[in-house]
Amino acid sequence: MKNSKVYLDYAATTPLDGDVLKKMMPYLKDKYGNPSSIYKIGREASEAIDNARSEVAKFLGCKETEIIFTGSASESDNLAIRGLIKNLRRAKRAGEKTHIITTQIEHKAVLETCKDLEKEGIEITFLPVGSDGIINLDDLEAEIIPETDLVSIMYANNETGVIQPIKEIGRLIKKINKNKEHQVYFHTDAVQAANWLDCNVEELGVDLLTLSAHKIYGPKGVGMLYLKENIPLLPLITGGDQEWKTRAGTENVAGIVGMGEAIKQIKSPANSAGRRQSKIKIIEKLRDKLVAEVLIRVEGSRLNGPEDPKDKLPNIANFSFRGVEGEAIILSLDQEGIAASTGSACTSQALIPSHVLIAMGLSDSEAHSSLRVSLGKHTTLQEINYFIKILTDTIERLRKISGR
Amino acid sequence: MYNKKVIEHFSKPKFFGKIENPDIIGKAGNPRCGDLLTIYLKIDKKTSKIKDIKFETLGCAAAIAASDMICQLSIGKTLEQAVKITFKDVSDELGVLPPLKIHCAQLVTEALRDAINNYHPA
Repeated sequence: MKNSKVYLDYAATTPLDGDVLKKMMPYLKDKYGNPSSIYKIGREASEAIDNARSEVAKFLGCKETEIIFTGSASESDNLAIRGLIKNLRRAKRAGEKTHIITTQIEHKAVLETCKDLEKEGIEITFLPVGSDGIINLDDLEAEIIPETDLVSIMYANNETGVIQPIKEIGRLIKKINKNKEHQVYFHTDAVQAANWLDCNVEELGVDLLTLSAHKIYGPKGVGMLYLKENIPLLPLITGGDQEWKTRAGTENVAGIVGMGEAIKQIKSPANSAGRRQSKIKIIEKLRDKLVAEVLIRVEGSRLNGPEDPKDKLPNIANFSFRGVEGEAIILSLDQEGIAASTGSACTSQALIPSHVLIAMGLSDSEAHSSLRVSLGKHTTLQEINYFIKILTDTIERLRKISGR
Repeated sequence: MYNKKVIEHFSKPKFFGKIENPDIIGKAGNPRCGDLLTIYLKIDKKTSKIKDIKFETLGCAAAIAASDMICQLSIGKTLEQAVKITFKDVSDELGVLPPLKIHCAQLVTEALRDAINNYHPA
């Protein structure tokens, strides 16, 4: 098994699905027309985008006109936050406050965007989370002031798999909006949730929602923003009239086609609700076995995040191991053909450990010693068994070196 | 990211472990950055040469490789020679360390110097 790849980093990215690639191929080769051109190959490209848009709209339970394709989920998050604020600010009186509420555990695409806006004088509240990684609804309600314009809270966390109560937040914001002079808009980054959780925008009560193609077995370089109709948003990339004049630039036709197909497969007839749930159950069982074995076999290990399975995605487990450092774990696993992730500073450019784990109250050394394992549709029991064996040996070896 | 030599010293370090009754101990690092290391030395009292040296390092691959390298560079040297080993010597000997990991080479020289400063022969 040593030379084979055991990929346990599906939260980082997923392999491109074979059927998705097949659908994309014509648009990389023969059907190369520009969707804005009115002759045949242009129209073909434009129709292909329409079809993809319709698949995404079906998945989210929204209108086609509410879907904006972008170049990445990070771009979608930026467009949601900056695009909205840009427009709202133009409408405000001089000196009037702009306020955004987000959380301390967001993906950097949201977190850094908010920090950047903070430097421009926009007020940002970064909500804390409990040791389970979940925000407190009362905290959120207390932070909403008359000037609050936007709440941006992720659906499921990429490092821990912790799920935020998006439906409850949606309901709370609706209630508050009834008595509020100007509306609070609600954005969620649903990148990690898409494979597993209900993403119906009506059910969730969101106004803006971000998705990525490459986390759902689609291609890299495509993202999507759901933007509820009549929400005022200005483009960040100006130019042509593409994507309802909200995102200029000739469309990544093959990529968008790939995203449409990848979304379709999440809820395809072969993936009926019942079958989809049972496939999810299989992955959850593998994850639970992995967690149980690691906690039993590796002394001084802990699972980060909530106990209750309903509070977390079925495919992610985040551990800390006493007396070892995360990057050393990752490189040791890599030498045995296993791919996983860490929240240790040593793999980041900033040399600061995971902001998500720190927000959950972990110490620096616990965050440095963290390991994220994320499973996907190709994960097998054999891979999990191999991983457990190699991990046990790795931690033992590194502890001999650290003397801890 | 890392060259073969760094990976070699990380995967198969020769000098890791503890020396019982060491003559001197040196420490460096802090939990915030994630690296903590201890160096144990046995000194030949007559020649003041480093007879034996071992390390215990909690840290990334570069920190472990650099710890192993400074032990390799200093064993058999006198303390006067060993104290002159610079982080650049460690880094050069490992080939190229990524720029962000240069502080690992600094850390191991700090630990060795800390040990040597602690040496007060009777």
